[in-house]
Amino acid sequence: MAERQYDWKAIAKNPKFVELHHKKTAFLFGWWIFSCVYYFLLPIGAAYTPGLFKVKIIGVVNFGYIFALSQFFVSWGIALYYSHVANKDFDRLTRELIDELHL
Amino acid sequence: MTIKKIFIAASLALSVAAAAYAEEQKAPAAGAAPAMSAPAAQGAPAATAAAPAPNAAASVATPAPATPAPAKKELKTNRTITIGMFLVIIAITMGVVVWAAKQTKTASDFYAAGGGITGTQNGWAIAGDYMSAASFLGISGLISLYGYDGFMYSVGWLVAYITVLLIVAEPCRNAGKYTLGDILSFRTSPKPVRAFAALSTVAVSTFYLTAQMVGAGKLMALLIGIPYKLSIIGVGVLMVGYVVFGGMVATTWVQIIKAGLLMAGAFLLSFLVMIKAGFNPIGFFSTIVGSPEIQDHVSKLVLKDGVILSGVDAGQRFLEPGLYLKNPLDQISLGMALVLGTAGMPHILMRFFTVPTAQAARKSVIIAMFIIGGFYILTTLLGFGAAIHLTPQGITSVDPGGNMATLMLAQQMGADIAPIVGDLFLAFLCAVAFATILAVVSGLVLAASAAIAHDIYVNVIKDGHADQHEQVFAARLTSFVVGACGIMIGLAAEKQNVAHLVALAFAVAASGNLPVVILSLFWRKFNTAGVISGLLVGTIASISLVMVSPNMTYPKVVAEGAKKVIVAMEKKQAALPAGQSLSEKDAKALAKAKVDAQQTGTSMVGLDKPLFTLKNPGLISIPLGFMAAILGALAFPNRRSEEMFDEVYVRQNTGLGMAKAVEH
Repeated sequence: MAERQYDWKAIAKNPKFVELHHKKTAFLFGWWIFSCVYYFLLPIGAAYTPGLFKVKIIGVVNFGYIFALSQFFVSWGIALYYSHVANKDFDRLTRELIDELHL
Repeated sequence: MTIKKIFIAASLALSVAAAAYAEEQKAPAAGAAPAMSAPAAQGAPAATAAAPAPNAAASVATPAPATPAPAKKELKTNRTITIGMFLVIIAITMGVVVWAAKQTKTASDFYAAGGGITGTQNGWAIAGDYMSAASFLGISGLISLYGYDGFMYSVGWLVAYITVLLIVAEPCRNAGKYTLGDILSFRTSPKPVRAFAALSTVAVSTFYLTAQMVGAGKLMALLIGIPYKLSIIGVGVLMVGYVVFGGMVATTWVQIIKAGLLMAGAFLLSFLVMIKAGFNPIGFFSTIVGSPEIQDHVSKLVLKDGVILSGVDAGQRFLEPGLYLKNPLDQISLGMALVLGTAGMPHILMRFFTVPTAQAARKSVIIAMFIIGGFYILTTLLGFGAAIHLTPQGITSVDPGGNMATLMLAQQMGADIAPIVGDLFLAFLCAVAFATILAVVSGLVLAASAAIAHDIYVNVIKDGHADQHEQVFAARLTSFVVGACGIMIGLAAEKQNVAHLVALAFAVAASGNLPVVILSLFWRKFNTAGVISGLLVGTIASISLVMVSPNMTYPKVVAEGAKKVIVAMEKKQAALPAGQSLSEKDAKALAKAKVDAQQTGTSMVGLDKPLFTLKNPGLISIPLGFMAAILGALAFPNRRSEEMFDEVYVRQNTGLGMAKAVEH
C-alpha cells in the first residue's frame, strides 16, 4: 500500500480534532486519577484506619472486605463506561474528522 | 520444514524421557519438599520474599504448640494421569505450532500475528500472558494462610489494567509497530533510542523470565517429581519451540488455551467450594470465623506481634488486614509498580500490535479485565475454601508458603465425589499450572527477541534494510538464542532467591519504560535525550535500590536472627522437665540456627545490612524515572522532535497513517 502524505499540522489544528483532543484528555486523565486515588485508599486505609476496616457490615463480612471487593467493580465500571463513551463519542468524532478531511 | 519436524520430535522425545526418568526416581518429591519455600519465589512475587527466611525462623522461635509438629506431608499426584494430561497439553500446543508455522512468513506475522488477532482473542491472550503461576497458586495460598491480606494483594493486579486501558493501549496500537522501540523512536534519533529501549526490554524480560523459569522448575519437581534441571530443560525446549516456529500466532494461541483452561479450572473448583457452602456467601464467611483451626492459626500469627487473641475474635481477625502485609509504605510502593509497571511491560505492550485497530485494542483490554478480575474473585473463594476445608496447618505442612493450597483443595474436593475424581481434578490443575508457565515464558521470550532482532539487528545494525526473509530468520535465530539463555539462567539460578525478581521487573517497567512511553505520546517537548535519560535512570535506580534492599541476603542479619533462635531454644530446653529433650522440629531448628549463626560476610554489594528499607523500589524509582526523563528533555531541546509531535499526536488519536505501521 502506497503511503499517503498527510498535513499533520493542519489536522492538529482542525476544530474537530481539537474537540476530540480536549474531550479525550479530560476524560482519560480524570478517570485515571480517580482510579488511582480509589485504589491507593485500600493499602493506605488498611494501614492507617484499621478500625474502619473492621466494622462489620453484613454478618461477619467487614467494611475492609467490601471495600476491597468494590475495587473490582469500580475498575470494571470505569472500563465499561470508557468503552461506552469511546464507542459513542470519541470514535464518532474521529470518523467525522476523517470524513471532513476526505481521506 | 525438516528442521521443524526434527525439533518437534526432539521436544516430544525429551518430554517422554523426562517422564520416564522421573518414574525411575521414586518419591523424589520427598527430597525436594524441604526446599519448598522456594516456589514461594514464584508464588506471590514480592511479598512472599519476606516469608521464607525471617518468618520461618520466627515461627520456629515461638514457643512450640502443645500439639506435636505435624509430620512432613506431600501432595500425592497420580503420575499416570498427570503425565497423560501434560502430554495432551504438549500435543495440542504442538499442533497449534505446526498450524501457526505455516502462516508465519513475514516479520509482521512473526511479531504481531500479521495484526490478524481479534479483540476477543487478544483479550484472552492478554489474560493468559499476565496470570502467572504466581497468581494461580501463590495468591490463593496467601489467602488461605493470611486471609484478607492475600485478597488485598490481588487487587492491584487488576487495577493496573485501568492504566493500560486509558493511557497506553490505543495510542500504542496506533503509533507502534512491533516493539517498545517503535513507539519511542518515532520522533527521536532512532538508533540510540532503539538500542536503549531494547536493553530495557531485555532487562525486564530477563528478570521476569528468570523468576518464572526457577519457579517452573521447582513446581514441576513438586508436582510430578521431575528433577529440577530436567524440568527447566523441558519447559525451555517447549518455549523455544513455540516461539521459534510459531512466532506470535502460536504464542497467542498457547496463551488463549491456557487462559481458557485456567478459568475453567478455577470456575469448577469455586463451584465445588460454593456447593459445600450451600451457595450462601455470608454463611461461608461465618464458617471461616468459626473454624477452630483458623482461630488457632491466627492466634499464633498475632502472638508473634505480641497480641493475644482467641476464639471468634481470632477467626474474625482472619478477615481483617495486617496479618501478612505489615509495611504500608512497601504496599504503596508495590501498588505504584503494578499500576504503572503493567502498562510498561514489553510483553503486554506487544500484544496490542496484534490487533488491527484501536477499537479492537480497547475491546481486548476490557475483556482481559473481566477475565483477570473474575479470576481473582474466584481465587478468594479458593483461598478461603482451602483455609476451611484443609486448614492452614494442613496447608503449611505441605508447603510453608501455601503454594499448594489450590492443588490440595482440588484433590480433596474431587475426592469427596470419588477418589478417582480427586486424582483427575488434581492432574487437571497441575496441567493448567504447566500450561500457565509455558504461556507466560513464551510471551517473554518473544518480547525479548523482538527487541533484539527488530530494534537492534534490523534497525540499528542494518539501518532498516532487511528483507522479510532475513527479518524472520533473524527473529527466529534470536528467539532460539534468547530461549537458550533463559534455560541456562534457569539452571544456574536453582539455589538463588528469585522472589524479588518479579517485583523488580515491574519496578523497572514502571520507572524506566512507562514514563518515557507516556511522555513520548503526550508531551510535545519530549525528545531523544529525555528517552535515554528516563530509561537509564529509571532502570538503574530500580535495580540499585533492590540491590541494597532487604530482598538481598545479609549473612550478618541472618546470623543475628539465628542467635536469637538459639537463645529461645536453650531457654525452652532449660524449662523442660529433666530428662526430656526438645521435639524433633525444635531440635532441627536449633541445629540449623547454630549453623546460621556462624555466617559472616556481606551481601552481594558488600553491605552488612540493607541501606533501603523497602522491598519494592517503586516509591522512589518511579518519580526518579519521570524526573530524569523530563529534565533530560528540557536540558537538550530538539526542534524536530517538537515539530513532529503533531504527527504523533494525530496518529495515535485517529489511527491515520496506520498502513505504515501494519505494513501489509
